[in-house]
Amino acid sequence: MLRASLKSLFSRKLRLTLSVLAVVLGVMFVSGSFVLTDALGRSFDNMFSSSMTSTDVLVTAKPTIDVSELEGESVPGLLTAADRDRVAAVAGAGQVVGEVQADGARVVGADGKVVTSYGPPRFGGNWTGETGGLRLREGRAPAAADEIAVNVLLAELGKLKVGDRVGVLTTQPKQVFTLVGVFGYEGGLPSRGPVQEVRFTEPVAQRLMLGTPGAYTSISVTAAAGTDAAALRDAIRAALGDGYTVQTGAEAAAAIAGDFKEALAFFNKILLGFAGVALFVGSFLILNTFSIIVAERTRELALQRALGASRRQVIRTMLVESLVIGGIASVAGLAAGVGVGALLANLAADMNKLVLAGIGVPPAAVLGAFGVGMIVTLIAALLPAVRASRVPPIAALQEVAIPDRPLTRLTVSGSVLAAAGAGLITWAMAADGDTAMWLLLGGVLGAFVGVALLSPALARPTVSLLGRLFSWSVPGRLGRLNSGRNPRRTAITAAALMVGVALITGVNTMLTSVEQSLRGNAAESFQADLIISGQESPGVLPTFDAALLPGMRRLPGVVSVAAEYNDQAVIDGEPGWAKAVTDLPAIVRDLSLPTVAGSLAQPGPREVVLDDETARESGLSVGDTVSVRPTRGEPAEYRITGVYQRVEFYGGYVFGTDITAQMRSQQPSFAYVTLASGADERAVRDGLTALLADSPEMLVENQTEYLDRQLGDVAQLMLMIQVLLGLAIVIAILGVINTLAMSVLERTREIGLLRAIGLGRAATMRMVTVEAVVITVFGALLGLVVGAGLGAVMVRGLADDGLKELALPWAQMGTYLALGVVVGVLAAVLPAISAARVNVLRAIAHD
Amino acid sequence: MTTAAPPQSRQRAETAAARAAGVWKVYGSGEAQVVALRDVDVELERGRFTAIMGPSGSGKSTLMHCLAGLDSVTRGQVSIGETAVTGLSDAGLTKLRRDKVGFIFQQFNLLPTLSAEENILLPLAIAGRRPDPAWYATVIDTVGLRDRLHHRPSQLSGGQQQRVACARALVARPEVIFADEPTGNLDSRSGAEVLAFLRRSVTEYGQTIIMVTHDANAASYADRVVFLADGAIVHELTSPSADAVLDTMKSLDRRDGR
Repeated sequence: MLRASLKSLFSRKLRLTLSVLAVVLGVMFVSGSFVLTDALGRSFDNMFSSSMTSTDVLVTAKPTIDVSELEGESVPGLLTAADRDRVAAVAGAGQVVGEVQADGARVVGADGKVVTSYGPPRFGGNWTGETGGLRLREGRAPAAADEIAVNVLLAELGKLKVGDRVGVLTTQPKQVFTLVGVFGYEGGLPSRGPVQEVRFTEPVAQRLMLGTPGAYTSISVTAAAGTDAAALRDAIRAALGDGYTVQTGAEAAAAIAGDFKEALAFFNKILLGFAGVALFVGSFLILNTFSIIVAERTRELALQRALGASRRQVIRTMLVESLVIGGIASVAGLAAGVGVGALLANLAADMNKLVLAGIGVPPAAVLGAFGVGMIVTLIAALLPAVRASRVPPIAALQEVAIPDRPLTRLTVSGSVLAAAGAGLITWAMAADGDTAMWLLLGGVLGAFVGVALLSPALARPTVSLLGRLFSWSVPGRLGRLNSGRNPRRTAITAAALMVGVALITGVNTMLTSVEQSLRGNAAESFQADLIISGQESPGVLPTFDAALLPGMRRLPGVVSVAAEYNDQAVIDGEPGWAKAVTDLPAIVRDLSLPTVAGSLAQPGPREVVLDDETARESGLSVGDTVSVRPTRGEPAEYRITGVYQRVEFYGGYVFGTDITAQMRSQQPSFAYVTLASGADERAVRDGLTALLADSPEMLVENQTEYLDRQLGDVAQLMLMIQVLLGLAIVIAILGVINTLAMSVLERTREIGLLRAIGLGRAATMRMVTVEAVVITVFGALLGLVVGAGLGAVMVRGLADDGLKELALPWAQMGTYLALGVVVGVLAAVLPAISAARVNVLRAIAHD
Repeated sequence: MTTAAPPQSRQRAETAAARAAGVWKVYGSGEAQVVALRDVDVELERGRFTAIMGPSGSGKSTLMHCLAGLDSVTRGQVSIGETAVTGLSDAGLTKLRRDKVGFIFQQFNLLPTLSAEENILLPLAIAGRRPDPAWYATVIDTVGLRDRLHHRPSQLSGGQQQRVACARALVARPEVIFADEPTGNLDSRSGAEVLAFLRRSVTEYGQTIIMVTHDANAASYADRVVFLADGAIVHELTSPSADAVLDTMKSLDRRDGR
């Protein structure tokens, strides 16, 4: 019995290929992401362990601010020369080297612009000799205060040569150095990872990078001959006491690599998320394929039943078939995934200057591929299998007529699921952390399945309404009627497209609402005429020289320049951000900040103001004191002198300038410029830009330009999501092709009849195309409604967090609808051609 | 064009409605070669009801398919009215089917998604023509379907479905209606209704009908019966009785048996 059904299964090659393809794409994503992250992970391991080759023990201070990767950057604590001497005094310690390394050394390239980074750090540090695999390639080590060496990567990116005078921006404004050396690493590498490096002499590194003379970020120790690294570690740990992290070189390498792997794991989760979407959409396609196969085989199955096969046997054969399909798809997907993973790993390694540690197939990839591929196929096949088992034996003897089963049960369970989904999403908005994510995921999934179940009931009226658009021509009307014939099939085909469109629309609705809320609030209250701020710069906030402020204020037409300094700090026991301002009254005026309590005059020494929400949450009010631990220097108590009302883009603790001395950089990163009425904006801008000539990262913008740039990131994010979700749409197209091919096959006789009574080839193709377009537009419409609904629920949920306006992305929604039409037309091409080729005679021949 | 013209009448009966000249239809080649039609010459007159008869395998269906342009001929010429069918492109054949030919098949005659009325008007709609209201009313009354017009095919009996198919063929007033075993799936009473209707449309409205059948009773409604055996025309009768047809068929069977 099994062999018979497998035989008939494999006789439907095209349909199988289409549905297998959907699973293959999903599995490819799953296994590909595992292969990619595995290869990159091992490569990072290798890189960091090679960086520790000349370190037996590494000493660092406990971080001043310790936060996880997702909450922001941890701020490492500093070590002193005294610490170094204590380490050197430990028995068994060989060479002891104090190291300085901090992100934020921005080098001005030959073109006068700062050499950018897309994310990796731009380290500034002290020259410690050719240790840890470092090799001088050209010139010599920096020996004087105005000399630097850079790594090969940075020299290439900035087009710098030994002997050049090179500007470097650090926690201090730009200073100019002579480039005396270019270095790389063992194995001919231009850098260690995609990291740009500048090495100064030690005192310069300490002053510019750490703002603290005599400080180090780590102490690297080699063990004296005969001393074991672990023993030395324990001895040093004992000598230093609390407040230090002491690790062997290997441990330190593993710890650093661990941080990178955390980031990789996050990346992996994103890829797996998209794989999930692909598989979810793919499961609709498989479900549909199996339903079609069952419908096609009703007679065959009924004959088997008549010959004595039990219902269970029928279900079993169907499930075995699905496992065969799932298995084939998983193998193909795994193979494709290894290929794609290897390709991406090579690209990533190339881009990140990594030595690729070889491509492997981690067990997770294999398990993921087979688990996901087989399970998804099995689940998708379950429903049709049960339906197949209900085929009565008598069906073998009758004309195949699939009774139009009532949709009530589907509709009711669909409504319940959709409502439950919406409920979960609403709940998720109130929860936080992982719980929120799982609730959200469950809610979205529930909503999708619910709507998918509802869609057959919706299909009839919607499709007939949609179809009216095409009813002016006979082929159009026939196509419309055809698409309304099997509402279940139409609905499930449309559901695949619905998921893709809904996800894009949902995300888009959220982002558009964010944008609208920001813009709306800005227009209401943002009064600053010009804003000085830094370009996107990973790792560090770009700054400009505080000494420029008086010159700016003297420019004709300028009323006030309120500068803002930013750094991380631990306030009231919570890691967060501190801002310090030069002119609070000006900012209060520029942002129309209402006073809630106390005074919003410029905070004096040891004084701070904060927003009403933070005050409420922390239970603080005017007159209270709050403890603040800045990144440099000792914790101190600050007295609260005022409370302002939080607005969309301004909140938190605002200090006077006294705290800037304890920040990592004593330079402002932001300024609000107010002009006199009738001032020449152009001239002021030119004046400001000229003053900022040595701060190439700073931009002078008006309100609109500033907001546009901030929101530009949103647009970019959107584009990326759209590209990735495009995959879901590709799978949906496969589904539409599948359904249409089936429809054409089923209606060979009808098409033949139509051709016999005068329907031309072109008209036949038009008929099929209209059918496809009606299905896809229905799917797109469903997706738009569901997506907008999901987006609205989430926006509503975030209303308390300042998302006050719900804005629908009408333009994009229109595009998606148009995309629905395009998808329909594309998917119809092949089925339409096969319909046009129907042989009239064969179609009407009576047997 | 034809909508405005009066029903085709007997005055033009001299010109053939459909003609086959030296038609051969051969399937396969070499050993497996099957000759379905061998050198068939036949003229089917306008305004007459012609039945093509013959035992199964005699080539009667093939002859009709070739005459209607549904199938191509291996050799020879086929024409409908003034139009040479042989060598027409698909577009030409489509136009021919729209303008000059009507079909009634044994089954799967109607589109299940359309009502009876929509099915009847479908060929005109496809051709982008409007029905002549008077003629339409006449056809509907003749087939007796006025109260069934808004029903779907699934809500009609087999006989009613075939009458809808007849009305559809007739309403466009084609030069020729080809009917392929139109009563093959019907019980005798429904079959008689359909045949009576076809007869009337020839007698009263001058429609040309060519019908393939293996039923002697059905053939007795025709003005002329052409007998095929082994792909060739072997006999013909004019205005025969059912018994005469039956006798001829028997003699053909005997010939076959010999």
